[in-house]
Amino acid sequence: MVDFSIWDIFRNLLLAARWTVALSLIAFAGGGLVGLGLLIARLSGLRGVQTLISVYVQLFQGTPLLMQLFLAYFGIALFGINTSAWVAASVALTLYSSAFLTEIWRGCVAAIPTGQWEAAESLALNFAEQLRYVVLPQALRIAIPPTVGFLVQVIKGTALASVIGFIELTKAGTMITNATFKPFVVYSCVALVYFALCFPISLYAKKLERKFNVQR
Amino acid sequence: MRIQLDFLAVLSQWPLLAKGVLWTLGLTAIASVIGVLAGVACAWARSQGPGWLRWTVGCYVELVRNTPFIVQLFFIFFGLPAAGFKLSPEVASIIAMVVNLGAYATEIIRAGIDATPKGQVEAAMSLALGRAQTFIRVVLPPALKKVWPALVGQIIIVMLGSAVCGQISVEDLSYAANLIQSRNFRAFEAFIVATLIYLALAIAVRRLLTWLGPRFLWGR
Repeated sequence: MVDFSIWDIFRNLLLAARWTVALSLIAFAGGGLVGLGLLIARLSGLRGVQTLISVYVQLFQGTPLLMQLFLAYFGIALFGINTSAWVAASVALTLYSSAFLTEIWRGCVAAIPTGQWEAAESLALNFAEQLRYVVLPQALRIAIPPTVGFLVQVIKGTALASVIGFIELTKAGTMITNATFKPFVVYSCVALVYFALCFPISLYAKKLERKFNVQR
Repeated sequence: MRIQLDFLAVLSQWPLLAKGVLWTLGLTAIASVIGVLAGVACAWARSQGPGWLRWTVGCYVELVRNTPFIVQLFFIFFGLPAAGFKLSPEVASIIAMVVNLGAYATEIIRAGIDATPKGQVEAAMSLALGRAQTFIRVVLPPALKKVWPALVGQIIIVMLGSAVCGQISVEDLSYAANLIQSRNFRAFEAFIVATLIYLALAIAVRRLLTWLGPRFLWGR
């Protein structure tokens, strides 16, 4: 049997952490795009769309992410497409993030006084221009701290992708445990790597929030 | 191409699902009670405790909030036995859920405590209430009232997160779904049914706790 030193364990975990970061970025970017689309659809005030989107949000916020991952994994396969864990995890986490982000951003847009919309309209700006030049720039400022904070939730969410066989930090931890029989050390290291990824982002989000509150 | 879904094959296994629901609810109930109590204790420590205690609790909160639940669970279930603590899957799940909820509840409840006007504490002191009495009878009830919606939301997040406990063979709802799909290969249907049950549970638990809070926690 090969002997693993603490350094070997740590090095292998760090290598696997790449995929945690990659999956987080995919989910965050994809979720941001879909979430923005949903936000605009919601703001456009089309009848039925708003109800539909709030059902969508409720659906993703009211069910376990693990089940969403399983559904993506087996659901895509149902269409006869050969799914990899990569595709399933990306799809599930993207949709999950989009639901949360669109809800966060809706709150930020709602915080913009109605007078701003009305003023923009009275200047003969159309809906797209009102959003582009008046509302979104102001909403963006409020939106940054909670959005950065949500990134932590996405990173932690990617840990569940290990269950459908996506090899990232947690899965690597399980595999190394099976090889070394040192679960205490390995899972401590796994937790430490997650902490090293998430804690700076948490701090940064907190700092942004404080800065914003002072400005106000 | 046609997709054939067979939900009856899943629903006919309803005793398994019912058992899973009971486990999920049971774990959540136990973990919520202990977790919220732990949260209250830690919130007290963080806002009024001595310096070293504040620091320790702060580390606990940040450590838990910045690591995934599944890693916490695996650490407790697989890691602790290596250090000499043997735990059954159910006990490990409850501990993990308590540890997780406790950290988030600490932050939530502390926000409520911080929002209590200082005059309230001074008024209690002037009525010769002790420190413990002041905290439990004067500061805590309105603080809990203020943050109750956030606390209920967190309890539901922990309940949904507990789906992972099926991975260490706790026979909860997610475990039931896995068992059913391994028997009849109706994976998609099994997980759809389980997901919808989770959704219903989340809605029901939110209603229940929103109703319970004002009646039993701080007496209208």
